[in-house]
Amino acid sequence: MINKLVQNMAEAMAGIADGSVVLLGGFGNIGQPHALLDALIEQGAKDLTVVSNNAGVGRTGLARLLDLGRVRKIVCSYPRTADPVVFEELYRAGRIELEIVPQGTMAERIRAAGAGIPAFFTATAVGTKLAAGKEERDIRGRKYLLEEALPGDVALVEAWEADRWGNLTYRSSARNFNPIMATAAQLTIVQSQHIVELGALDPEKIMTPGVYVNRVVHVPYGEPMVP
Amino acid sequence: MNAAMNALESCKPLTRNEMAAQLARDIPEGWCVNLGIGAPLKVADYVPEEREVIFHSENGILGMGPAPAPDKINRWLINAGKQYVTMRPGGSYSHHADSFGLIRGGHLDLCVLGAFQVAENGDIANWSISDNDSAPAVGGAMDLAAGARRLWVIMEHTTKSGDSRLVRRCSYPLTAIGAVKRVYTNLAVLDVTGDGFAVRDMAPGLTFEGLQQATDAPLRMATQ
Repeated sequence: MINKLVQNMAEAMAGIADGSVVLLGGFGNIGQPHALLDALIEQGAKDLTVVSNNAGVGRTGLARLLDLGRVRKIVCSYPRTADPVVFEELYRAGRIELEIVPQGTMAERIRAAGAGIPAFFTATAVGTKLAAGKEERDIRGRKYLLEEALPGDVALVEAWEADRWGNLTYRSSARNFNPIMATAAQLTIVQSQHIVELGALDPEKIMTPGVYVNRVVHVPYGEPMVP
Repeated sequence: MNAAMNALESCKPLTRNEMAAQLARDIPEGWCVNLGIGAPLKVADYVPEEREVIFHSENGILGMGPAPAPDKINRWLINAGKQYVTMRPGGSYSHHADSFGLIRGGHLDLCVLGAFQVAENGDIANWSISDNDSAPAVGGAMDLAAGARRLWVIMEHTTKSGDSRLVRRCSYPLTAIGAVKRVYTNLAVLDVTGDGFAVRDMAPGLTFEGLQQATDAPLRMATQ
C-alpha cells in the first residue's frame, strides 16, 4: 500500500541535510507552508540555500530561519516585502548571499528542473545588469539569455487537499509556486489543510499527481490572516 | 529647469486619477491586461464594468476583479501587490510557471508599468535607482516588460526636482530594452516610435514648445 501520510513533523522533516537547497512555495504569506518552516527550524539543518519568491516577513517563519543564521544564500525575485527587517539586516551585514532572479525566470527555472530541461532561452533581462555572466544568443532576430534549471534537494509545499498517494489540490491564489516546486526536488514534503480518502479527489481537479510527493502531513490551521 | 517650470505654469497637468482614466479609455474590450503594482492598478477603476477586459495578475490569476467588500474576503485570493481581490465570472487560476508562460509567450495584449525613466528608444528603468542598491527587488517587472505584446508606462513627466523622466538614454539600471510603446504622463501621451517620442496628446493649456522644455528627449508631433 502506498502511504505518504506521516503522523508528526519529526517524521516529515527527517533526513534534511546541512547544505540543502530548499524550494519554498508561497507568494507573500499565501500558500507558504509555515508549519513546515517551523518544523525545519526545529529540525536544525543549516547552511541552507532557500529558493523563495520573497525573503520573509517580520520575525517568524522564513525570517526566523534567516535570523537564526541557518541560511547561507537566498534565491528570490522580491526580497522587499512589507517588513523584510531580518533579511535587510543580514544582507547589509554581508551575512547572507542574494541571487536576484526575475520572477518568471525563477518559475521557469524551477519548472524546467522538474521537467528534465537543463536550460532554456528567455528574452527576460536581456540588456540589464541581471544578464551579467549569462550566454546571450540571437535567435530569429531577437536576443535571448540562457538560463539554467534550478533543482532543489527539498521542496516545502502547502496544499489544500491531499490523499495518501500524495495527490494534491490547491486553494485560489495559494497555488502560485507550489505545484512547480513539488516537481523539482528530490524530497517533496507537503502540509495540507485537508486529508481525504484515496479516490475522493476528482482526477480532473488534481493539480499535483502524487508521484511528485514524498511525505504529507496534516496541518488544518484554518485561514491565513495576513496577505 | 526654470524654463521647464515656466512652460508649465500656464497649463493644467493631469491628476493621477485623470492619467489613469485617460489610459483606461484606450483599452478596448477583449484585451488581456496586466496592471503593475502602484499607480497602474488605478487604471482598472476606470474601465467600465460592461467593457469585458481580462485582468491578469502574475501570481496566477486571470479574470481578476476589484477589491472585495469587507465581509466577502477570500483570504486565499491576493494580487501581485498582495492585496485581497475578487474573481470575475470566467476567471481562472494557474501556477506561477504557467502564469509567466502566458506573459513570456506574448499572450498579454497589454502591460502597464510605472517607471523612473523611459528612453526615446523604448528602454525602461523601473526597478532600481542605483547599481549599488542595497537589496534590489525586481519581482516580475523584467518578465512583463520583455514579454507583453504592448508595454505602456504611466508616470509623472518629471521628478520632484523637475528632471525629465523621458530621456535620451536611461541613467538608472534598465528593466528591459526597447520595450515601451506608449507613455502616459501628467503632461502628455507619447508614442515611442523608431524616430523617438511622438506626442499624441497634451494637458490642457500646454504648448508643444512648453512640453519640449520639460522633456530631455527630443519630441515631434504624431502624424495621424
